[in-house]
Amino acid sequence: MIRRAKLGLVFGHSGSHVAGFDKRVGSNEEALAGLVDGMTVVVGGFGLCGIPENLIAQVRTMGVRQLTVVSNNCGVDDFGLGVLLKDRQIRKMIASYVGENAEFERQLLSGELEVELTPQGTLAERMRAGGAGIPAFYTATGYGTPVGEGKEIREFKGRKYILEQAITADFALVKGWKADWYGNVVYRHTAQNFNPAAATAGRVTVVEVEEIVAPGMLRPDQIHTPGIYVDRLIQGRFEKRIEKTTVRSR
Amino acid sequence: MALTREQMAWRVARELRDGYYVNLGIGIPTLVANYIPADIDVMLQSENGLLGMGPFPAANEVDADLINAGKQTVTARRGASIFSSADSFAMIRGGHIDLTVLGAFEVDVEGNIASWMVPGKLVKGMGGAMDLVAGADNIIVTMMHASKDGESKLLQRCSLPLTGRACIRRVLTDLAYLEIESGAFVLRERAPGVSIDQVRAATAGKLVVAGDVPEMSFDDPPR
Repeated sequence: MIRRAKLGLVFGHSGSHVAGFDKRVGSNEEALAGLVDGMTVVVGGFGLCGIPENLIAQVRTMGVRQLTVVSNNCGVDDFGLGVLLKDRQIRKMIASYVGENAEFERQLLSGELEVELTPQGTLAERMRAGGAGIPAFYTATGYGTPVGEGKEIREFKGRKYILEQAITADFALVKGWKADWYGNVVYRHTAQNFNPAAATAGRVTVVEVEEIVAPGMLRPDQIHTPGIYVDRLIQGRFEKRIEKTTVRSR
Repeated sequence: MALTREQMAWRVARELRDGYYVNLGIGIPTLVANYIPADIDVMLQSENGLLGMGPFPAANEVDADLINAGKQTVTARRGASIFSSADSFAMIRGGHIDLTVLGAFEVDVEGNIASWMVPGKLVKGMGGAMDLVAGADNIIVTMMHASKDGESKLLQRCSLPLTGRACIRRVLTDLAYLEIESGAFVLRERAPGVSIDQVRAATAGKLVVAGDVPEMSFDDPPR
């Protein structure tokens, strides 16, 4: 269960008003205030697409260590979550794909880094379930494989399923496209990926976006992440590095 | 002659049907998109949250926010939809994908598949492969018949950690198209110029050869 932290501080731009539903904070330091050694952090993104670049950089600047990081990938060697790996700030990684990250694979094989490899769909659902107050769920994914070892097995309608536990985190770091002051978030294209599920799974959910707009500027029926999930909101500047640029010849 | 990667993709594309929602894995499966018959329409699903993946973008259309599951820049075709990873795997796990094509290190006669790690050597992670094989009824594994070291990849029992158990029924290799039935590989088609004995010699798991096994024809246009 997530008990949403009541923020002890008033995070407002002017400081002259009660924050109320205004989730905006003025700096990355404010955005991640309270993040300390040993915490669990769930991070949105797929590869380098839709990652909260500036918040990750802030985690690096803060130098917090012994983190458990939950994210589909771990960036690349010199960008995204890869920089936290390089700085040895991550104790444990819960992810589905090591892929092209040589440092991740090295730390995994040498045993320096604890890694819980989780099927991608199971990872997304563990975040979603965590945010939705569902402590665990059965899935056929991973049954009869190393992923299923040691997990409860149950049969439904003649098919075997394993019990997977939900994930919640001390902090969720999310990248959106646009948000209003109230933290209603819209994602762009496939930069959505894990971000909506991650946003629900944090006790403190911090969202960085490309543009913050006034309430009323976004259509209520097109909001991907409703503001209730969002605690802190900040506007960032993004490099948006591309892992594999592929083009067609004209 | 063993099939080229392109010929393998072309052969798999013949299994596509009009109106199919299809997930193509990384590697040879990705090439299948190049051989979709002109007279049918299929929607390609990319598990990072895109249904209706289009071709690679022109150089001036490249968008960092629009990639496929292989992290390549792509486009979204007309009629595409985009959604979260949780929704994407709900459609995969829920059995809504009509055909899944993926690669493997090993497949065995029980329909087990190993594709995500070699202990002590190579750890890629399973990505979405475990969800895909658990969620789909209709799966085609495409891979080379033998490893780079010449070892058969069609085994009596997989030696590597599994991706899924008893979930594979169809395998296309560079030598043959086979179906898995009752604890054996059943040889259905041979690559042009590849003999039954060659397939037998390259297959470590039990192989059943029933009647005439036709050669694949690459003269016919795809159905």
